[in-house]
Amino acid sequence: MSEIKERAAQSRDKRAPLGPDLDLEGFSRQGGDWEYDPQFREFSPEERGRLLTAGIELTDEDHAGTFFQADARVMHCQANQAGLEVLPIGQALEEQPLARELLWRLVPVDADKYTARAELELDNGYYIRALPGVKAPRPVESCLYLRTDRFAQHVHNLVVVEPGASLHVITGCTTHPGVRSGLHIGVSEFYVRAGASLTFTMVHLWAEDIHVRPRTGVLVEEGGRFISNYLMLRPVGTVQMYPTVTLAGEGAVTRLNSIIIAHPGSTLDVGGRVVLDAPRTRAEVIARSVSTGGVCINRGHLLGKAPGIKAHLECRGLILAERGVLSAIPELEGQLAGVDMSHEAAVGRIAQEEIEYLMARGLDEEEAVSTIVRGFLRVKIEGLPPALEEEMDQAIRESSRGM
Amino acid sequence: MDMLTVEDLWVAIDDREILTGLNLRIPQGETHILFGKNGSGKSSLLMAVMGFARYQVKQGRILFRGEDITHLPTYERARLGLGMSFQRPPTIRGVKTADILRACSGGQVTPEVLAGLYNFTDFLDREVNYGFSGGEIKRSELLQLLAQNPSMVLLDEPESGVDLENLEVVGEIIGRLLQKERRRQNREKSGLIITHTGFIMDYINADQAYILGNGRLCCHGHPRELLNDIKKFGYEECARCRR
Repeated sequence: MSEIKERAAQSRDKRAPLGPDLDLEGFSRQGGDWEYDPQFREFSPEERGRLLTAGIELTDEDHAGTFFQADARVMHCQANQAGLEVLPIGQALEEQPLARELLWRLVPVDADKYTARAELELDNGYYIRALPGVKAPRPVESCLYLRTDRFAQHVHNLVVVEPGASLHVITGCTTHPGVRSGLHIGVSEFYVRAGASLTFTMVHLWAEDIHVRPRTGVLVEEGGRFISNYLMLRPVGTVQMYPTVTLAGEGAVTRLNSIIIAHPGSTLDVGGRVVLDAPRTRAEVIARSVSTGGVCINRGHLLGKAPGIKAHLECRGLILAERGVLSAIPELEGQLAGVDMSHEAAVGRIAQEEIEYLMARGLDEEEAVSTIVRGFLRVKIEGLPPALEEEMDQAIRESSRGM
Repeated sequence: MDMLTVEDLWVAIDDREILTGLNLRIPQGETHILFGKNGSGKSSLLMAVMGFARYQVKQGRILFRGEDITHLPTYERARLGLGMSFQRPPTIRGVKTADILRACSGGQVTPEVLAGLYNFTDFLDREVNYGFSGGEIKRSELLQLLAQNPSMVLLDEPESGVDLENLEVVGEIIGRLLQKERRRQNREKSGLIITHTGFIMDYINADQAYILGNGRLCCHGHPRELLNDIKKFGYEECARCRR
């Protein structure tokens, strides 16, 4: 048994330090036997509508590459631009020494039982690589889809953006309209090489009894840029994730944006950690969360380890319902003189004065609240598909109702 | 026809009486000025007319063009044609000034065109009132009213915090809001303006003025004469005189 497998086996039942513990035996490992679908013909209009609201357009047009996995089966996978590699991770591990070399370098396989299961019982995932200097003006669209009720999906994703390349990956993680419960474990390791740029937009559109455990590690080398956008607008069971971005090369930059609506019955423990490990690196973590009755713990940790670094963390929350719970936990840690780190955290409700101000301009109460919430959640995210913008507006309107 | 009628209005905030039997009539096309000491209830009167929840009407009626609006929600009053410029409006983070101008007009106004007329284009992309100076706040408020196009304009100290250069622009916008370019009998808009200094009266011809004291109006008269009386004799004397 390899050392990795051995460590995974030893951590098979290791509880995660954060988030509600899950009994993994309560989920099924029997996914659907879905056929490969080169033309995206195997999807009903209902499914297409659902996927669209998760930002998934089911087309090879306008995308530099596409990857679609339902349960454990890869249904569609192709690169549409020269200089890009898009493969199922299983295939990449067989064919590409690089994939084997880079796996489990940024996320410890024995971090908890979720990482361990992703190694011991892998259901694929994607491997995306932009070769040196390749610029992809169109995004790569990837979808991790739960199509069978109670299924536990274990995926491992690897993205490598080679020196001077630039890439935008949009990942929609969602469920079939008929699926109510399930588990998604997603290990992701991203390498942003010198002078490269990766924008990673992840949309979570789950159902009330879906449990989600992403485990993400990102390495950004000299002069590299990593932008992460996370959108979670609809009900879910539990989510726990705490991605770590390491800025390892001089002048590397990252920005982590998250927009979250915590619905009744949802428990989210989310956030991000940035290790500023090289001189003159920059980080910005911007979190906006709204509770309409759910629980959202928003963590942020900036660790300054090199001279001339600059980092800011902004965590703001709005509680729209009596029973909503929002918790902002910002943490700054400087390990030498000359670091410049700051944070801003605020949790509260909408001031009546603001609502009445807009009502005096002719907006009814619901319009006023949704205008304020939309403004509150307004974080600049470039390159969102139009359907996703509409979904965001719709989710905000619904959240503002009955306040 | 009267644009705004207030009859025997009693208003309380947290059970503290602010207005005690106030009566007021503003005919269509007229602009009235409201004077009064700090804390006399001038802003409360405007807030109560707009229907803000904190200002509880205990007794009396508010009529707009003869229709009883005493218990209408604020947005319905706004849609009927009441509009207000706030003395200290809140900041609304994330909402751009252009968005609110669009919302005020129900999408009928192009913010760029409106802002271009009053040198406010640079502010369209900024969050509503965030980091604005006193003068910028007033211009933003008045542009919102222009977009809203109300028939009854309520202005709470439109000149406070405005430098002399900007006062002219503020006066120009108010003049447009109140159709001062028209002959008096042709004006359809009415106004009620709170002022401490009376500076704004240099830019608009007001028809009448009152002093608010002890929870009701007293001492009404010509705006300029009344301002001179206040300067000469003070509010106390004016409250006693009860002309």
